[in-house]
Amino acid sequence: MRFRAKIVDFGCLNNFTRIVNTISKLTKSCTLQLTVDNLYFMLSDKVASGGVSMWCELSQGSFFDEFQLEGMAPNANEIYLELIPENLLRALKTTQNAKSLKIKLTKKHCPCLTVAADLPSLSSNSRVVTHDIPVGVIPRKLWQDFKEPSVPDFDVSIYLPPLKTMKNVIDRMKNLSNFLVLEANKNGEMNLRIETELVSVSTHFKDLGNPPWVSTDGDGSKEGSQERTKMAQVHVDIKKLQQFLASQQVNPSKAICSIASDRTVHFILLHEDVSLQYFIPAVG
Amino acid sequence: MDCVVTGSNVKVLAKAVHSLSRLGDELYLEPQENGLALRTVNSSRSAYACFLFSPLFFQKYCFPQNSVLRCKIVAKSVQAVFKSLSSLEKTVEKCRIELNSEKSRLTFTLHCKHGLLKTHNLSFQDSESLQAVFDKDSCTNVLTAQPKLLVDTVLHFPPSLEEVTMSVNNERVLFRNHVEEDTELSKAMMTELCLSAVEFDQFTVDTQTEITFCLKELRGLLVFAESSSLPVSVYFDEPGRPVVFSLTDSVLEVNFVLATLSEEFHPHNCSNSNTNRLPAPPAPDDFMNDDMDSYIIAMETSEVAGDSSCPLPPQDPLIPQQSKSNEEQHKFRVESESEDEDEQQEEEQETVEENGRPPNKKFRSLFFGSVLPSSSQMSNKTVRSQKILASDSEDETALDSP
Repeated sequence: MRFRAKIVDFGCLNNFTRIVNTISKLTKSCTLQLTVDNLYFMLSDKVASGGVSMWCELSQGSFFDEFQLEGMAPNANEIYLELIPENLLRALKTTQNAKSLKIKLTKKHCPCLTVAADLPSLSSNSRVVTHDIPVGVIPRKLWQDFKEPSVPDFDVSIYLPPLKTMKNVIDRMKNLSNFLVLEANKNGEMNLRIETELVSVSTHFKDLGNPPWVSTDGDGSKEGSQERTKMAQVHVDIKKLQQFLASQQVNPSKAICSIASDRTVHFILLHEDVSLQYFIPAVG
Repeated sequence: MDCVVTGSNVKVLAKAVHSLSRLGDELYLEPQENGLALRTVNSSRSAYACFLFSPLFFQKYCFPQNSVLRCKIVAKSVQAVFKSLSSLEKTVEKCRIELNSEKSRLTFTLHCKHGLLKTHNLSFQDSESLQAVFDKDSCTNVLTAQPKLLVDTVLHFPPSLEEVTMSVNNERVLFRNHVEEDTELSKAMMTELCLSAVEFDQFTVDTQTEITFCLKELRGLLVFAESSSLPVSVYFDEPGRPVVFSLTDSVLEVNFVLATLSEEFHPHNCSNSNTNRLPAPPAPDDFMNDDMDSYIIAMETSEVAGDSSCPLPPQDPLIPQQSKSNEEQHKFRVESESEDEDEQQEEEQETVEENGRPPNKKFRSLFFGSVLPSSSQMSNKTVRSQKILASDSEDETALDSP
């Protein structure tokens, strides 16, 4: 089992750092899956325990100049690691000006993801910093726990307004309530609403647009106007939603929110080379 | 005492005060013939700092010729005088420091723009002279670097990190984080930074060695060094002997003396990298070297899959016990001269008290040079219960010393 990757391009390093930053804001600990083509950061708290799930997919080719992987076995050319993204972030943050950066799996005092950066120095010799980030190697029998989360049948899918706008609204609402009602319909309308004994606050978004796939499932084309304006709603923990919005470093090219009424809300953010899915379970 | 600081020197003085207050709670101020000394020592007495401003630093410098004046002030109150560095730079034209022993008042007067006067009257205590005894000229190893180099170096270590280990040989300096023996290694992120000798202005290494010292105190010095852009010189010897970080200018001399961990407390992971460790030759292609399979084998065969992936830190079977001879080596002590007997007694009492409690970090105390081994060091096949005993006693001291 071996892994080694190298970044030389400043922009790639910067982008990769941003993604790791996002991940580290979403979770303290996550699983990193390495395959020949992709990297996946994932988090699967059991939904039953009120947790959220995350699935972030990166195509290695758009970040790494070298990417060598020799998986657990020839017929399972993959590696699964338990990682504290904060550690990786710290290693990347202090090496932003590196001439080149290597990430490799090493055997030190424990299995480590070693980040070795070649920093600019005052002399012709290079200045090398290495960070050994302890990781847990996940044995093969547990791999089945880390499948891409299945997307439940959604009632409504809708494009999100600029995440920053949403964040600003929710940051205010958070001061008033712990829970938020997120509702949307197939007519491009979305509401963020809080209701307490003292106050009801609601923010309305319109003309957001619905992704085309919605109408293809089932009776889509024949939907009447009543059906189109029917709101699907979900109650969520406002802190979890806030955390998700606060973690975003860049505005994605596409951001879609899908609601399964009273069950779960699913966000998918699409960037050029990265996709991030995030599931927040409904609260009772 | 009466002295006046003008212009940009006010900011230098302010930065010095800030730098000192990061380290100790009390500031010792002593006007001497060769200048005004500002000193402090940290609460565990493992770090000492001294700024000596020569008479030329001041526009006016008068010190009492016949009487000896020494005073101890709460660092925070002096810091408050120089609270905002940015506004200080813009508004303060002159700062006057007067020490009136009859009224027991230390007065800072800030002459600001538009004729504004800010006067701070601080009370102080008479005190013994705080003077660490160290001899940096006898140190066999001297490194001098631009502050930027050291600032960039410490940047790689997390702010929460307490101590850093510096190991040197003829070609390079290696910094890495020091890990307490009781930390779980599978949780600790290890960072290593290698600086080649040519990056230093001066690089004199007679003895290859490895020392561990507090990072926080060094950061305090670097803040000052960076603002003054004065090169930093590092004087050190073997582990257990203090390391001195020093800045010199025509009107200023700064010394930070930090205790280093003595050798027996270096954790096992240093033993292989001790004095003769050469820089690991970077293999042309180390992809093949980093084979993880043995871990997997261990994991697959083991019943407790979770545990085997994080092996316990290996116990060094030969941790030498505390030897008496250590006490003879202490070259580093703080002389305290007291003028009256009562104070001396008080001081002695304090001594006993200080001595009675183990220093926080097993550092050789600067004052007393004692190293108190915790019980976990005494027995090597320590079972967890014994470690708990040790940590309990440490907890008590933690309560004692805020």
